[in-house]
Amino acid sequence: MIQFTTEHREFRAMVRRFVETEINPNADKWEAAGIFPAHEVFAKVGELGLFGLEVDPEFGGQGADHVYNLILGEELGKADAAGVPLAIAVQATMSTPSLAKYGTEELKRAYLAPALRGEMVTSVAVSEPDAGSDVAGIRTKAVRDGDHWVITGRKMWITNGTQADWLCLLARTVEPGQEPSTGYRGMSQIIVPTDTPGFSVGRKIEKMGNHSSDTAELVLDEVRVPVSNTVGTIGKGFQQQMSQFQDERLMGAYMATSGMRRAIERTGEYLKVRHAFGEPLINNQYLRFRLAELAAEVDILQQYNYSAAERYAAGQDVTKMATIAKFKTGRLSREVGDIAVQFHGGMGYAEEHWPARYLRDSRLIAIGGGADEVMLRVIAMLEGWERFA
Amino acid sequence: MREVDSETMKIVVCVKQVPDSWAEKTLRPSDNTLDRESVDAVMNELDEYAVEEALRLQEAQGGEVVVLSMGPSQATDTIRKALSMGADAGVHVVDDGLHGSDAVATSLALAKAIEAQGADLVIFGSESTDARMSVVPAMVAERLGLPQLTFSSSVAVDGGTVRTNRVTEYGYDVVEAPLPALVSVVEKINEPRYPSFKGIMAAKKKPVQTLGLADLGVAAGEVGLGAAWSVVAEAAARPPKAKGTIVADDGSGGVAIADYLSAQKFI
Repeated sequence: MIQFTTEHREFRAMVRRFVETEINPNADKWEAAGIFPAHEVFAKVGELGLFGLEVDPEFGGQGADHVYNLILGEELGKADAAGVPLAIAVQATMSTPSLAKYGTEELKRAYLAPALRGEMVTSVAVSEPDAGSDVAGIRTKAVRDGDHWVITGRKMWITNGTQADWLCLLARTVEPGQEPSTGYRGMSQIIVPTDTPGFSVGRKIEKMGNHSSDTAELVLDEVRVPVSNTVGTIGKGFQQQMSQFQDERLMGAYMATSGMRRAIERTGEYLKVRHAFGEPLINNQYLRFRLAELAAEVDILQQYNYSAAERYAAGQDVTKMATIAKFKTGRLSREVGDIAVQFHGGMGYAEEHWPARYLRDSRLIAIGGGADEVMLRVIAMLEGWERFA
Repeated sequence: MREVDSETMKIVVCVKQVPDSWAEKTLRPSDNTLDRESVDAVMNELDEYAVEEALRLQEAQGGEVVVLSMGPSQATDTIRKALSMGADAGVHVVDDGLHGSDAVATSLALAKAIEAQGADLVIFGSESTDARMSVVPAMVAERLGLPQLTFSSSVAVDGGTVRTNRVTEYGYDVVEAPLPALVSVVEKINEPRYPSFKGIMAAKKKPVQTLGLADLGVAAGEVGLGAAWSVVAEAAARPPKAKGTIVADDGSGGVAIADYLSAQKFI
């Protein structure tokens, strides 16, 4: 069982204060603007040491245990708008883990350390217009030209995309004249600086929620980057990216669970003060029991997260647990968001109160980082239920 | 006047652990003292400004910052917080005999501890959010024979001199004193920093000295509930909020509201 130390508790208090003083007061403004000043905010995040908590201090990390990332996720998940926490989580657990794990020392010094210090904004670029959760369907290709890759393709749904300084990009790497491979083979992760000629932001995508986080479609038109920018082994990009997804899914589950807990608590508070038919709404057994049921489910998920975190910290393979945690939190968030809006009545539907934004923001959890259906595919596969020919 | 080398200046910051400002506070039924165990405890908010000011002075001129707190064993959390912000060392005055000490007794224990440190500059928050008396800094200064520069909205040290802006009803006075001296700071004097991850980890390794009454040379009879100059004879729970008065507006609503406010002496 996870034992939270005094340092863990102090760290939690520090992240909470960061959320309450740096994110929440600006949430409405940034939501309305459809973007937040990533460089400005990330500088503060980096100064506090919140990026790369588990990374070697030599490369800008903090050398901490995984429980700190669990706490980071839990506290970010309670913010008034999920967009900025999402952007932070991308840099902490989605765009940088592969580089930290597989990158060369030079690459880590040039790109990882400044990102973890908050001096650079980063994105992970995997999805494409025709391939999202089905990563094996990507078509962006990097053709070798001497010491360079020449990259051409489009990347879609890229969080931090309009502000990123570099991307951890997944592409099919091929020798000149060679046909790109298909399926899982022949992919590589490449660090692409966004000031390289040929790179452009195709458009900023308007979304249903997470408005404060910018999401972009990116265009790569013969972008030349050194082959030395390859992360890890050429041709092993898919496997490395799958490992990176595991960090992303765990972080997503940590954030979603505390977000649900807060939404349920806030709904309970509202039911206590809102009167109908001469008494507080909470006196209705249906409302009270429905919240109790959701609270019970969230509690189970939180304990599941803790168990996964503990095993991850012990170096065990948590692919299945990360997948299940991501799937279950995504599913349950949809229910919690719906109940929060419903139990607030008109106030739930109004933009001036929190439930509408929560419903929109939390709807992403079942889609981003691998949709529910992809999680189910993985779980079915791990259970040994493959399709028969 | 003592010659102070700013590079080796020793700043002692006094901090107090208080119940979270938002928590419902209660008195212990046994002795009518504040129940500190049933609520979340935090560093007194004004003391965060004091710590920040000390750290800024240290960053500008060097020297050492020692954080001093008097309180039950859990007050180490507050000392640790100041250490994680960047203070160099901590002193924790803790003794069962201090329980129930009033401001006079508190100033005695703190003065003894500060004296032992040999501080060039002592910084306090101007009040605590639980007791809100604002007298301890002045009492400590008096006991130590130090110039007191209270309610400061800015602090500058130049050689052997400290200069502050002392907040007044009409603005501020610029006051100056030779070191060693005692300063209390008002809120918003600065923006207290967050402890970073590195700061939190570094705090673990910083020294915290624990001192009891015997170490300070204070007799048990001089402090604690028994020595308090005032006694809480009895306490009653806050009465429940009374129902408001509803004025039905039949055209004379404005007059009715004005009459009500006038009767309550608001206007």
